[in-house]
Amino acid sequence: MPVRRTDKTAMPVQDAQVRAHNFFEVNGGYSAAHAAFEAERCLRCQHPLCMDGCPVHIPIRDFIHAVAAGNLPDAARILRTANPIPSICGRVCPQESQCEAECSMGGRFNPVAIGHLERFVADWERTQALSIEPAITRTQKVAVIGAGPSGLVCAGELARLGYAVTIYEALHAPGGVLRYGIPEFRLPKAILDWEIDMLKAMGVEIVCNVIIGKTLTLDDLTGKLGYAAVFIGTGAGLPQFLGIPGENLNGVYSANEFLTRINLMRAYDFPNTDTPVRVGKRVAVIGAGNTAMDAVRTALRMGADEAMIVYRRSDEEMSARVEEYHHAIEEGVTFHWLTSPLEVIDDGSGWAAGLKCQRMQLGEPDASGRRRPIPIPDSEFVLPVDNVVLAIGTTPNPLLTRTTSGLAVTAKGCLLADDATGLTSKTMVFAGGDAVTGAATVILAAGAGKRAAHAIHANLQPSA
Amino acid sequence: MTRIIDARQLTPVTKLFRLDAPLIAASARPGQFVMLRVREGGERIPITIADYDRAAGTITIVVQEAGATTRRVCALEPGDSLLDVAGPLGSEIDLPAGGHVCGIGGGFGSAALLCFMRERSALGDRTTAILGARNRDLVILADELARVADRVEVCTDDGSAGFHGFVTQRLAQLIDGGGAGRPDAVVAIGPMAMMRAVAETTRPHGIRTLVSMDPLMVDGTGMCGGCRVTVGGQARFACVDGPCFDAHEVDFDTAMRRNKAYVREEGIASERAACQSGRSGGHASQAH
Ligand SMILES: Cc1cc2nc3c(=O)[nH]c(=O)nc-3n(C[C@H](O)[C@H](O)[C@H](O)COP(=O)(O)OP(=O)(O)OC[C@H]3O[C@@H](n4cnc5c(N)ncnc54)[C@H](O)[C@@H]3O)c2cc1C
Ligand SMILES: Cc1cc2nc3c(=O)[nH]c(=O)nc-3n(C[C@H](O)[C@H](O)[C@H](O)COP(=O)(O)OP(=O)(O)OC[C@H]3O[C@@H](n4cnc5c(N)ncnc54)[C@H](O)[C@@H]3O)c2cc1C
Ligand code: FES
Repeated sequence: MPVRRTDKTAMPVQDAQVRAHNFFEVNGGYSAAHAAFEAERCLRCQHPLCMDGCPVHIPIRDFIHAVAAGNLPDAARILRTANPIPSICGRVCPQESQCEAECSMGGRFNPVAIGHLERFVADWERTQALSIEPAITRTQKVAVIGAGPSGLVCAGELARLGYAVTIYEALHAPGGVLRYGIPEFRLPKAILDWEIDMLKAMGVEIVCNVIIGKTLTLDDLTGKLGYAAVFIGTGAGLPQFLGIPGENLNGVYSANEFLTRINLMRAYDFPNTDTPVRVGKRVAVIGAGNTAMDAVRTALRMGADEAMIVYRRSDEEMSARVEEYHHAIEEGVTFHWLTSPLEVIDDGSGWAAGLKCQRMQLGEPDASGRRRPIPIPDSEFVLPVDNVVLAIGTTPNPLLTRTTSGLAVTAKGCLLADDATGLTSKTMVFAGGDAVTGAATVILAAGAGKRAAHAIHANLQPSA
Repeated sequence: MTRIIDARQLTPVTKLFRLDAPLIAASARPGQFVMLRVREGGERIPITIADYDRAAGTITIVVQEAGATTRRVCALEPGDSLLDVAGPLGSEIDLPAGGHVCGIGGGFGSAALLCFMRERSALGDRTTAILGARNRDLVILADELARVADRVEVCTDDGSAGFHGFVTQRLAQLIDGGGAGRPDAVVAIGPMAMMRAVAETTRPHGIRTLVSMDPLMVDGTGMCGGCRVTVGGQARFACVDGPCFDAHEVDFDTAMRRNKAYVREEGIASERAACQSGRSGGHASQAH
């Protein structure tokens, strides 16, 4: 038996000091040699547990085997069949809590770098001249609402199955959170654009600037526009606020506003572009999920001297991807754990000047299973800051449900949909992604889109 | 791309456009707005739907030059196109029918009264429009409004046309029984300072008053939270919960301060836009 290397093959990264001031991708990606080297570490388990950890059950062992054998076309085919957006998931999935958490190597050693390998294969595929033919063979048309990962994947699957698909997107550009939320340094827009171009090449039509529920109703789609089925992938984009004093001062943003100004509207290029964003010297981001981590690292790149995370629990409870957390530390982000914001302080002219906080300690687990933060008396202090960015969660946008009759929602405003098929309370209307689950992950959204596409197909095929 | 069918200069700084937008025209309601972009890299700005013609598939908007983007819009002519126009967004003006409705317009706000007054008249309301401007040359759409409202009153600060004074002074006279008489409801659309003054005028009389808030917006679909306005002590999103809110509940101080958040940046963008397109007024090189 050859000796197994116990460590992951390191991902080449941009130097932390340099990258903290640019928007270029942090991870450089494996070379072919890196990939082959890492693929060799896979134990080729007979019952690959990693597949169980993957929400869409990518045949991980098989694609890694193909990489080890130097058969990249096969690897790419295996990957894309199971996950239509591998170049995106290879970059943004929380692998450490999914596939890699189950890897047999992971017990004593580092798990195989499944995410890095997924990314490598998908990036290789992008360098190939793929010839894609429009696949529309059926007369039935399907409408998809929202061009986030769930909608894009659902549309792609349906196109592959031969349907004519139209995606209606409210914003002027498709991608959902992948475009307006996740920054360029983690997911370059060129990659998203490539995936979208592939869909278009397959015959998927994307109509931007149409808000379903406003420009057209859902019933218009199934009625006068003649769509045989509809998939709703409208996400959970409505930001939550804390309700603390000073929250409406200038300089206080929701993470969505902050990131949208920068990612979608390219405020980093102001005044070459028209949308500004004001980033001061000290920026506090409230929260510790992926959104918070993106916002705080973006603040550094926009020129903040100090960018900090303020979170009322400890790093144990943080929901961000571990890789992003480590990257943030390397880039110089500071962390105030067990710290709860109480008030944003006015500088006297209506701008944020400080964040009044209180120290917390952890008590018994609460409903979420995480230990409940409890305030420590007389522990108030003020962090001097110029900006406060709130990244404390989002909920589904009520715009569509308010204007559609018969579409059942949960108490939290999420769409009610069948787990296996995505079927909602309305005939031939399916839903998936964050609109159903509340804010979750790209791969769950993609998986839901794919399942719904197959359910739509099953429903539309004349029973033979 | 949305094609401009007609364009008409109303004052040196306001221009009316008719746009080919059949989907928006089909579902627009008074009080709603569109988000538009003029060019790649440009801002998304909210503009009220002044009027719509479902049969012709057109909407009318009136744009007042404020900074970079509105200046670029105002440089466009029939045949040109806007890059993106999305809508209709926001909720329609929510008032029960019946009684005497007074619409108050300041600046480009007068335009927003067009479809509103027409609909209220059609519902059988008595309708009065009060239009305010600094002087007679800045009054817009008085003739058009005269065709859809029972009565149009013009107020100018300098007395060069109509009533000499502010819209609120004229409104106070109506409330006291002058002119068309006390309104049962008031809808004010215009500069924030004017809307606040209207709110204070009607408050002591308990007259239902709505104002159309115009905070800074990024997406217009409820995603960024940037448009939040404090109404009755609660944060509300103007783009989905509004833009019209109960005037007596709105925190105008916060709203006015938030609208000035980017004055410095807007100055920079404005200068650049002016350099790139020359002054507008018809000769500008057009941004496509
Ligand atoms: C900053 C940030 C970072 C994140 N990082 C990660 C990460 O690292 N890894 C990870 O797995 N997940 C991450 N997530 C979560 C992930 O992005 C989401 O779970 C995922 O995007 C959900 O996909 P979706 O298709 O359901 O919706 P979305 O991506 O939200 O897309 C919904 C789309 O629908 C459009 N829409 C909404 N309403 C309408 C309507 N009425 N008519 C037409 N169009 C409409 C919206 O404009 C939008 O384009 C992150 C989220 C954020 C905000
Ligand atoms: C719901 C809604 C409906 C609107 N309807 C119309 C309309 O029908 N016609 C029209 O001409 N304008 C309308 N506006 C205002 C218009 O959106 C702004 O004038 C525009 O965004 C300014 O963009 P700019 O780039 O040209 O100027 P900027 O450079 O962005 O701003 C120039 C100046 O205007 C101020 N400003 C910017 N945005 C606003 C705003 N929303 N309200 C008040 N002051 C602002 C800035 O503080 C600055 O002093 C509306 C706004 C909203 C929210
Ligand atoms: S403009 Fe973004 S939420 Fe209203």
